[in-house]
Amino acid sequence: MSEGAGMMQISMTLNGKEVSADVDPGERLLDTLRYALGLTGTKEGCGEGECGACSVLMDGVPVNSCLVPSYQARGRVIETVEHVQESDVEPLLSSGATQCGACTPGIVVTAQWVRRHPELLETHTLRELMAGNLCRCTGYDGVIEGVEATLTVDGQSS
Amino acid sequence: MRVLTPTNVEEAVAMLAVEEDLIPMAGGTDLLVHWPEHLEARERGYLDLSGVESLRGMEWSDAFLTLGALTTYWEVVTDARVGREFRLMVEAARQVGAIQIQSRGTWAGNIANGSPAADGVPVLMAYGAEVELASAGGGARWVAMDSYYTDYKQSVKRPDELITRVRVPRAEYEIEVWEKVGSRRAQAISKVGLAITKGDEGWRVVAASMAPTIRRCAAIEKLLTKEAAINRPEDLLKAIGKDVSPIDDLRSTAAYRELTMARVVYHALKGRVSFVT
Repeated sequence: MSEGAGMMQISMTLNGKEVSADVDPGERLLDTLRYALGLTGTKEGCGEGECGACSVLMDGVPVNSCLVPSYQARGRVIETVEHVQESDVEPLLSSGATQCGACTPGIVVTAQWVRRHPELLETHTLRELMAGNLCRCTGYDGVIEGVEATLTVDGQSS
Repeated sequence: MRVLTPTNVEEAVAMLAVEEDLIPMAGGTDLLVHWPEHLEARERGYLDLSGVESLRGMEWSDAFLTLGALTTYWEVVTDARVGREFRLMVEAARQVGAIQIQSRGTWAGNIANGSPAADGVPVLMAYGAEVELASAGGGARWVAMDSYYTDYKQSVKRPDELITRVRVPRAEYEIEVWEKVGSRRAQAISKVGLAITKGDEGWRVVAASMAPTIRRCAAIEKLLTKEAAINRPEDLLKAIGKDVSPIDDLRSTAAYRELTMARVVYHALKGRVSFVT
């Protein structure tokens, strides 16, 4: 239990800022974000990569932060729901895309990724792109309509 | 829990040589699932490959498409050239979980995990892919995917060996089929998976979720090679009985799996080859 045991210091670019954290090798990115760095917008749903509630962007692409060991975030660019401009997701509020709210942060994060990559819609449907974000309240139509509406919001944030 | 963080393959295989029960980790999707509830998973040592840059990316040569062991499903999904030459790889990758899994899950990790329900492995096997196993002291060998697995989650890979690359021979195919039968289209594990190709080297029929390992189906391949008349799905059941041994489990039943496999093969080939009508 010598080499590789104990806490590890990692640095990453988090929501545009360089941050460092001491992480246990058994810590998930989800835990580091919520409990070490205080970013509680990211939610734990199933904890096994099924529901997408804990979605964050890693190097610009959605990942389940419950399935990323924190040590794999070293040197990477991470964006959480806290980094999304409110105006970018305003249409989700008016389309019935949210109800209990547990899935919402993950949906907002995935929607932000789709907004930045309109070319994805040439090969994928919005439903396929959003398929990793489960919602037990809305029945999905509201979610898809809301995300669709966010695609045309002006002033895309970076 | 412990983690070692090599920065090149030489270091990684040297670490494995010293400590053979280290678990190599690429994207981690199959491993972290167990962290919250399986205490034994927390007591293990992990070999994190994410810092080994040489394992990233895809390369084309005249003979092969070669995937580094860190190549993700999403990299394949978004690569138009792979889509043109190895259509089934993109089709299978798009049915692995959803974007959040496709972005982290790797082809090599899917092979290493050894699940009989894997989605990436059947199409690799149907394309005649080979996997490179590296070991300390510069050792490396290529193993054909269809002789890689020996039993449930068991393979010819020695504990001191690391999967470093997967190569897929470039070839023309007249028939390419990938069918996954699951409870829903996304976020589902297959009840039956089938990959079928026919090229210069003949038929390859690969079944997933039908046996302790993903495997070639020799009896069905023989039927297809001798162009035996197949007029209904049930004509395939005898060969299926020889090739696979499905079980009843939480996802499906053995009887459903056998009949579904017969129907999938039949309908995939009906009208596309003269002897399946």
